[in-house]
This record gives sequence, C-alpha cells and structure tokens, in this order.
Amino acid sequence: MCGAGRFSDFFRINKRHHYWNLVFLLGSIIGGFIAFHLLSPDHTVDVAASSVAQLESMGFSRVGDAYLPSELFGTEDGMSLSSILLLLIGGLMVGFGARYAGGCTSGHAISGLSNMQLPSLLAVVGFFIGGLTMVHLIFPIIF
Amino acid sequence: MKNIKFAVLGILFGILMVKSEIISWYRIYEMFRFDSFHMYGIIGTAVMIGSIGIYLIKRYDVRAINGEEISISPKQMSIYRYLLGGMIFGLGWALVGACPGPMFVLLGAGYAPIIIVIMGAIGGTFLYGLLRNRLPH
Repeated sequence: MCGAGRFSDFFRINKRHHYWNLVFLLGSIIGGFIAFHLLSPDHTVDVAASSVAQLESMGFSRVGDAYLPSELFGTEDGMSLSSILLLLIGGLMVGFGARYAGGCTSGHAISGLSNMQLPSLLAVVGFFIGGLTMVHLIFPIIF
Repeated sequence: MKNIKFAVLGILFGILMVKSEIISWYRIYEMFRFDSFHMYGIIGTAVMIGSIGIYLIKRYDVRAINGEEISISPKQMSIYRYLLGGMIFGLGWALVGACPGPMFVLLGAGYAPIIIVIMGAIGGTFLYGLLRNRLPH
C-alpha cells in the first residue's frame, strides 16, 4: 500500500479486496460536508454544565460555541506549536492503538460487543482506562 | 458501479456523525467525565440494534447483498493486545476527541486542523506495522 510494503509485511495487502473501504471513507467525507453545510443550521454543542465548569477552570473559553475547542484546534488566525504537537501525538496514539487492539470504537465497542466477544469487552475497558487517564490526570497538566 | 452502495452507506454514516454531534470534541470529553448520557445513548442503541442484527443473521442464515455468507471470524484471546492497545487508543481518543471515522467526517465538514490528526493516525498505523513483530500479542 503506497509503497509501505517495503517496510513491513503488514502493508502488503490486496488493494482490490479493500477498495470498498476507501469508497466508504470517501462517502463519509462527502456526508460530513453535506450534513455540516446543508443540514445543520447551527454548529454549537449543548455541553453539560459540570463539563463546562471544569473546562473553564482549565482556561477554556467559549465552550460549545463550535464542535471543536479553539484551545486545541486553533482559530482562523492560526494555531500554536503546542496544539500541533498535541494533535499529532493524539492522532499517533489513535492510529497505533486501533491497529494494535485490532479495532476502534465501531469495531470493538459497537460490532464486537454486539457479537458478545470477550476480546472486544477487554478493548473497551482499555479505551476507558486510557480515556479516563487522559481527561482526569493528564488534561490538568497540559491545559 | 457495484461500489455505489458503499459510497451511499459512507454518506449516511457521515451525516449521522454530524447530526448526532459525535464529531464534537466536547461530547467525548463529557463521556469520559460521565457528565452526559449523550454518547452512552448513541453507542448503547447501536450495540442493541447490532445484537439484534447479528442474532437474526445467525438464526436465519442471512446472506450479504452479493449472496456471500456472512461470517464473523472469532478473535483470538489476548490480554496485552486488547488492554494495552485499547489503552493507547483511549488516550489518543480523549485527547483529539475523535476516533478514526469522525476524523474524516470532520475533514468533510471543513475543519482543516484535523489533517494533522489524520497524519498522526496514519503515522501511528505505520509505526505499528514496523513494530508488530516485537510487540506482545
């Protein structure tokens, strides 16, 4: 795949068998565009009061005024180097973790639990150990 | 043209991710603080409907749209792989507030900074490919 097969067998996949994945992915991008621009009159989020209070105490402002916080994703004027690094590291953990665990939210939490697979329950427990650690222990340090 | 069904499902998936606000960083934050029922309601409903679907598929030997048998291969049990991999995924999910699907929906919605997250995720996948043989599975 894209020449990555030179580095690891993991990337030597049959493109024809997985072509539908890319079609679905492209569809989800189009769906995001349609829903965001044509089907959503406003893009605010009604965040729970206790979450708003906690975020404000960490220095977040205008909580819920957009889908994403400007403290992490920047504003139209740009973004800080620390935000770029946090997004890069976070993305890296999502990609690595999803491959290592053999699935993500849809694969383990939804499909796996629907099929009552014990490995998926274990993965979901892992998701929560990681997520709770990030939100409760690491956020107060980095924000 | 036989791929059009995947495109249609992808578009529906994208619309659903936006309209249910799953693409919002704040919804993931709330979930990990147990401050809102929002995400639990969505994932819980999906699991309930999924369970019924899988039960019906097994019970009545339902075939895929192209006539193929639907078989879900069982996953091999491993503590390291699922718990450790899951923890790394959870750390990243809470930080960027998006799992792999919503990343691309956010891209479609026009949030340019999500490209950094997607680049990180592709890098993480590549890193896993490099280290796979050395990790405990």
